[in-house]
Amino acid sequence: MQKSSSPRKSKKILPVGHYRGLGGWTVFFFIFLYLPIVVLIFYSFNANRMVMNWGGFGFEWYLKAFQNEDIQKAVWNSLIVATVSTIFATAIATIGALVLARGGNFRGKTVSLGLITLPLMVPEIVTAVAVLIFFSAIGMNWGLGNVIIAHITFCIPFAFMPIRARLEGMDTSLEQAARDLYASEWETFRYVTVPLLMPGIVAGAMLAFVISMDDFIITLMVGGAGSTTLPVYIYSMIRRGLTPEINAVSTVLLLVSIGIVTAYWVVSKKSQTDTVH
Amino acid sequence: MSDWLPRSAAGRRWLGLAPSYFVIGIFMLVPMIIMGVFSFLEPNPYGGVKPVGSMAAYVKLFFEYDLEDQLVFNPGYINIIFRSFQLSFGATLLCLVFGFPVAYYITLQPENRRNFYIYLVTIPFWTNLLIRTFAWIIILGRGGVIETPLLAAGIIEDSLRMMYTDGAIAIGLTYSYLPLMVLPIYASLEKLDFRLLEAASDLYANRLEVMTRVVIPLCKPGIIAGCILVFIPCLGAFIAPNLLGGGKKLMLGSLVQFQFASARNWPFGAALSMLLLSAVVIMLIFYARAAKKRAAMEGDG
Repeated sequence: MQKSSSPRKSKKILPVGHYRGLGGWTVFFFIFLYLPIVVLIFYSFNANRMVMNWGGFGFEWYLKAFQNEDIQKAVWNSLIVATVSTIFATAIATIGALVLARGGNFRGKTVSLGLITLPLMVPEIVTAVAVLIFFSAIGMNWGLGNVIIAHITFCIPFAFMPIRARLEGMDTSLEQAARDLYASEWETFRYVTVPLLMPGIVAGAMLAFVISMDDFIITLMVGGAGSTTLPVYIYSMIRRGLTPEINAVSTVLLLVSIGIVTAYWVVSKKSQTDTVH
Repeated sequence: MSDWLPRSAAGRRWLGLAPSYFVIGIFMLVPMIIMGVFSFLEPNPYGGVKPVGSMAAYVKLFFEYDLEDQLVFNPGYINIIFRSFQLSFGATLLCLVFGFPVAYYITLQPENRRNFYIYLVTIPFWTNLLIRTFAWIIILGRGGVIETPLLAAGIIEDSLRMMYTDGAIAIGLTYSYLPLMVLPIYASLEKLDFRLLEAASDLYANRLEVMTRVVIPLCKPGIIAGCILVFIPCLGAFIAPNLLGGGKKLMLGSLVQFQFASARNWPFGAALSMLLLSAVVIMLIFYARAAKKRAAMEGDG
């Protein structure tokens, strides 16, 4: 009886390289990856004072968060730091990438590449300590300025990578054509190279912005009393006690990041399908 | 128009690289050197250092002074360092076991769907780590998402006490850096020639052998890269041990932060950072060597 149960259950022959359970494993993986995000957003609508005790659905913590002057100040600081750092980091990364992608092979190329990607390899806490000690040793105390300088430094490699990738995928024939048609070096750069490179620059700037907005540990160590950014403020809220206000602010920050990264994804996908060749 | 640029190619090159060298050199390389110097100075009780040379910070790693002012062995800090390595190793292993099949599964998908999966893997990485770790408090904590239904259903009678344990830290670390494992493995699997799998199968390799003797050896660079990318930030992690370990179960990263925020022993904090940095450098050298060896081997074949 049991033997001839359902024919569907008889084992299908899987193609070589396919394994049973991979799909299920992947579903589980994505649940693990997204569960905290879903939980966080869900509890931001909790009307109760305590995060974990569900007290009905409500938006009141969003209102409370928007009216909180400390949060407003922190958001403002975060935006200033991220905007200024993004502009500088992207500019520095762009000219660096132009040299490293277009300058051919030269002595010191590997070292230069290593230096630019150095902030990616050093653990954040070490960077934080080093920068904190440095500012203290030279007695520099510019408040937000200190934070901005630290952010520019670690944002450079994030802006650099997409710009370099774009440059390496770019054909130089359009630039050569422009030169052949008597465009000056500057005109070629301004009217041919830069427009072609723009998707890479935009992508790099977006990543730099997200990385700067989300940074916590370096800002915590380097920033003084007046330079609290949003993540640092959220940390102090968590330490004071868990209210859904944290969830509400966090949800907003989360959605901003996801929005920017999605835009980056669309831009870089478009730049792949563009006429790069 | 571009008269102000240097004429020679080399001149232009260095002009273009100068800002990067300036910013990263001055605000990253020089600070790390100063940090190294600070680790050999005496602490100032109010924060900062006294300009007096001292090995005290490194001695403190192993020894403490007892009541009679004698140096005695103190395993406290060594234990924390050992724990950090242990937890980081555990989290790296979890990431590998969890992430490898997923990277492999994504490789098997048609191209447009692959891109979408990779997008889904990267999204959490770009969102704020602090917030995502905070969410785990709501999940694991007393009366949290896991406990409440179990308590209500009568499966458990008391809190599971999942928070403030090594397990909670390990979950937090695994969760934090999982995308860093999947992405490099995917990158190397993507280049895999699937005809090799067919060939192995035709030559009577079974499914397990195809995996262990063809797929895994061929994507070893991706696996090693993924492990290093996960292990390094785990070792210096601050957020997960602080939020999920309750600040009592210290790891190297939180111990460093503590030296600057509360203990005001800057040289000791600097010495711990140097220790962390040297562990990273050793790993990167190991990685570069493996990559070089591989390149040489491929050159021969």
